[in-house]
Amino acid sequence: MSQETVTFTLDGVKVKATKGQTIMEAADAAGIYIPRLCWHKDLPSGGNCRICTVMVNGRPAGSCLFPVEDGIVVENNTKQLKDHRCQVVEMHFIEGNHYCPSCEASGECELQALGYYTQMLTPTSPYLRPKYEVDASHPDVYIDRDRCILCGRCIRASEFLDGKCVFSFEGRGIHKRISVNAEHNLGETNMEASDRAATICPTGALMIKRTGYRIPVGKRRFDIHPIGWDIEKKKKSG
Amino acid sequence: MAKPLIATQHLTSCFGCHMSILDIDDRILKLAKMVDFDRSPINDIKEFTWPVDIGIIEGGVSNDEHVEILKDFRKNCKVLIGIGSCAVANSVPSMRNTVPLKECLEEAYLNGPTIVDGGIIPNDEDIPILLDKVYPLHEVVKIDYFLPGCPPSADTIWNALVALLTGKELEFPYELIKYD
Repeated sequence: MSQETVTFTLDGVKVKATKGQTIMEAADAAGIYIPRLCWHKDLPSGGNCRICTVMVNGRPAGSCLFPVEDGIVVENNTKQLKDHRCQVVEMHFIEGNHYCPSCEASGECELQALGYYTQMLTPTSPYLRPKYEVDASHPDVYIDRDRCILCGRCIRASEFLDGKCVFSFEGRGIHKRISVNAEHNLGETNMEASDRAATICPTGALMIKRTGYRIPVGKRRFDIHPIGWDIEKKKKSG
Repeated sequence: MAKPLIATQHLTSCFGCHMSILDIDDRILKLAKMVDFDRSPINDIKEFTWPVDIGIIEGGVSNDEHVEILKDFRKNCKVLIGIGSCAVANSVPSMRNTVPLKECLEEAYLNGPTIVDGGIIPNDEDIPILLDKVYPLHEVVKIDYFLPGCPPSADTIWNALVALLTGKELEFPYELIKYD
């Protein structure tokens, strides 16, 4: 069966896509980076973080979920959307307790990288300084909820890639937390360090023990190239 | 015409950002031709001689003396820059923010593993009173520019100073803005 091709407009440029693709998938294929946090290539889209919001025919939509259609007009790289994304990144920083200078995830963290991408020099709103619990009960993996941005990647990875359902959300609104499928803590679950969920966290909220600070400063993932560089590279190299 | 004046100060910090200022190497000779330093730990002047053009503050706000110093800087500086993660964001000093202050002091002075024969929490009137939390500068006074980093690199500080002194916009290449 041949795949139906559609054409839509992305920031004024005509982009060809396959029917059934999301706007983000089509943009990636065309070498246009749309910032994202909760999305991961091996997982079903979550639509939690709202960083990838674009304007579709003048209305906001999550590009990781919205399917391409023939003739739609999509805006991505506008001042309004850039400001929106910077605000969302700022809110993530003030709602958690992110100590970048001492964090093992620094340089590898996608939230931090999006801060650089959106040119956030510092969060300008007051910090909320919430009290969160660290769960270090597991011999090989720990949860530091200070760094959790509630993207749900670990939940989806555990369910769809590992077939385990180790994680879930609990609470609502500002009280929302990542929780584990056990009476007390992560150590009681069937989580293993080899699970995909253990390495899928975009920040340092879910980390494998005894692996931090191994890559020297200057050689980490986002030290040299900005996030999305690999996608934009496709366009530059044709 | 008189040269622009710069003042600098450190609050709760490790002095690393001031080290980074000195790390501009021989460009410090150029800087000395461009500006004069007023109040600063570099020349050990402890009070403003007169109002200055640029104030640079390193470190978070963690006691009542810091609040007074910061307000004094805001009053006497046309442009006030926060440099380093402690001053502009969450960093090592602010790690105490999720623990109540009383518990922090008790752990440090009464119950810590190195305390012998009971301890005492310092309570002299000459010692500044700790605030409940460690605050970034902009939660206390208005800050005009932020330079993140732990510390911001010498190039970041140099670029910012040159841009301000020559009236250009502050623009940084990707590798010069880092939060760690």
